[in-house]
Amino acid sequence: MLVSVLNGLAIGSLLFILAVGLSLVFGMMDVLNLAHGALFLGGAYLGAAFSGSWGGFLTAFGIAAVGGLVAGAVLSLMTAPLRRRSHLDQALLTLGVAFVVAELLIIAFGDDPLSAAAPPALDGSVTVLGVVYPTYRLVLIGVGAVLAVAVYLVVERTRVGALVRATVADREMVATIGIDNRLVTTAVFAVGSLLATTAGVLGGPVYGARPGLDATVLILALVVVVIGGLGSVRGALVGALIIGQVDTLGRVLLPELASFVLFAALALVLVLRPQGLFGGPAAVGAR
Amino acid sequence: MTAVEAPAVPGGAAAVTPRAPRGWTGLVTVVVVVVLAAVPLFLAPFATTTLTRILVFALFAVSLDLLVGVTGLPSLGHAAYFGAGAYAAGWVSINVTAEAPVPLLAGAAVGAVAAALTGWITVRSAGVFFLMLTLAIGETMHQLANTWDSVTGGANGLIGIPSVRIAGAPLTNAGFVHWYVLAVFLLGFALVWLVARSPFGTALRGIRDNEPRMRAIGYPTALYKYAVFVFAGGVAGLAGSLLAAQARFVALPDIGFLTAAFALLAVVIGGAGSLWGACLGAALVILVRDALGPSLGGHGTLLLGAVFVLVVYLLPRGAAGVRLRRRGTS
Repeated sequence: MLVSVLNGLAIGSLLFILAVGLSLVFGMMDVLNLAHGALFLGGAYLGAAFSGSWGGFLTAFGIAAVGGLVAGAVLSLMTAPLRRRSHLDQALLTLGVAFVVAELLIIAFGDDPLSAAAPPALDGSVTVLGVVYPTYRLVLIGVGAVLAVAVYLVVERTRVGALVRATVADREMVATIGIDNRLVTTAVFAVGSLLATTAGVLGGPVYGARPGLDATVLILALVVVVIGGLGSVRGALVGALIIGQVDTLGRVLLPELASFVLFAALALVLVLRPQGLFGGPAAVGAR
Repeated sequence: MTAVEAPAVPGGAAAVTPRAPRGWTGLVTVVVVVVLAAVPLFLAPFATTTLTRILVFALFAVSLDLLVGVTGLPSLGHAAYFGAGAYAAGWVSINVTAEAPVPLLAGAAVGAVAAALTGWITVRSAGVFFLMLTLAIGETMHQLANTWDSVTGGANGLIGIPSVRIAGAPLTNAGFVHWYVLAVFLLGFALVWLVARSPFGTALRGIRDNEPRMRAIGYPTALYKYAVFVFAGGVAGLAGSLLAAQARFVALPDIGFLTAAFALLAVVIGGAGSLWGACLGAALVILVRDALGPSLGGHGTLLLGAVFVLVVYLLPRGAAGVRLRRRGTS
C-alpha cells in the first residue's frame, strides 16, 4: 500500500513537470502542443543513451535542456503564423512535428525498448517505514516537489511571472504597455519544452525509452491538464498528484481496467467541473 | 440511436450508384464508380488490394469528415470506433458466422454502441477540449484492446479471420473482395452523403458555424452533436468491418492513435467538409503508408508527418479548397 502511494507520488511529480509546460504553453499561446510527448521521448532516449554514470546523466540532462529550449523556440516560431487559425490547424502542425521527431528518434536509436539505469548511488533502495523502496523514485518525488515550489514562486511571486500571467489574461493589453509579448510567448514555449525534455531524462529510469511512449505520456499529461484546468500551475500540480495516485492504484487493484479507471476519473471531473478543478470559467468553450 | 442498417447487395457494384445524376457531377460519379468496379479486371492483384485498402480507409475518413468538416468536431480518437468495428466483425466471423451481412452489422453496431457510450462526455465539450477528450478516449480503447486478450488477441492481433461468405460461398479472390468492399463503401458513402445533405446535416453546419445561435433558435444542439457522433461511430465501425474482411487480420495499430491521426490528415488534405476530398486524402495516405512506406525502410510515418506540416501551411482549405478557388465557383 505504502509502495503504491509512493509510486503514485513519483509518477505524479514526473507528470507535473511534464504537464505544467503543456499547460503554460496552452494558457499562454492558446496552442495545444501535441509534440510535447515527442519531446519527452527525446529526453528519455538521451537519458538511456548516456545512462550508467553521473557524468552521463548530467550530460544527457544538459543536452536535453538545450535541445528543449531550441525545440520550444522553433515550435513557437512555427505556430506563430497560425495564431488566427483554428485549434485544429495548430494541433495538426504539432502532430506532424511529433511524428517526424518520433520517427527520427526511432531511426537514431532503433525499434527496441531501451532501459536507463539511475545514476550510481541512487540506483539502490532504502527502507521507508519498514518497506524497501528504490532510492531514485524518492529523489524523483523530491525533485518534483522542489520544481513545483520553484515554478509556483516564479509564476506567482516574480516580475517575470507577473508578465506571464498578464499575457495569459490579456495579450493585447500587455502589448499596449510596451512589452514585446512575442518574446514572452517564445520564452514560455522554450521553457515548457525544456521541462518536457528534462522530464524525459528524469523519467528514463522509471519508464525507459521505447517507440509509442510519446503517445502514452502525452495522453497522461493531457488528462492532467484537463483535470487541473488549462493554464493553471496549481491545477497541473493537483491534477498530476491525482492522476499519479489513480493510475498507480488502478494498476495495482484493477490491472485489466487501469486505463478505464483513468478515463473514469477524467469523466467524473468533467461532469462535475467542466473547466477543470482550477480552470477559470472563461477557459471553456470560448474559442 | 442511428444504427446503420441494410447491408449492400454484394456483387452488383454499379447498381448501388448513390446519387441522382445531375449534370457533370452525376456523370463523373458514374464514371468513377464504373472505373472502380472495373479495376480487378485490368490490374494485378496487388494493385487491386491496395485500391481495396484505400476504399476501406476512405469510408473511415468520410465518417470522420462528417464530424470534423460538417459538424466542426475535430476528433483525434475516431480510430476507436473503426478498430472496435474491425474487432467485432473479426470476432463474429471467427466465432459466429462469416455470412455476408452479419460481420458488417456487428461492426457497425459495435462502432455505434462504443460511440454512444463515450460520446455523451465528448459532446459536452468544444474546440480544443474535444480534441483532448477524443484523444484520451482513443487511447483508452487502444489499451482495452491490448489488455482484453481473450477477445482481441492482445499484442498479437486478431488472427485467423475467415473470408467473408456470400450465400455460403467464401470470397477468396482479391477481385471479389474488392467488389464486396466497393459495394459497402458506396452504401456507406451514400448514407453519409444523405445525412450531410439532409435538414439534419444543415443544422449540423449551423452548429459548426455558430452553436450559440443555433441553440437560441431552438435546436437541441447537444442532442444533434450526440446523434452525429454515434452515427459517425457506426459508419467507422462499418469501415472497420471492411478492414476485417479485406486484411482478415486486425492488429493493435488499427485502433491506435496513428490510425486516427492519419484519418484526420486524410480529411484535412482533402479539405474538411468535402466528402470526396476525404476519399482523395485517404488514397494519398494509404499510398504513402503502404506503397511508399516499405521502400523508405518502414518510415512512411516520417513522410506523413512532413505532409502534415506542409498541408497546414500550404493548403489551409485542403485539395477541395484549391479546386474551388481556381474555378471561382462554390
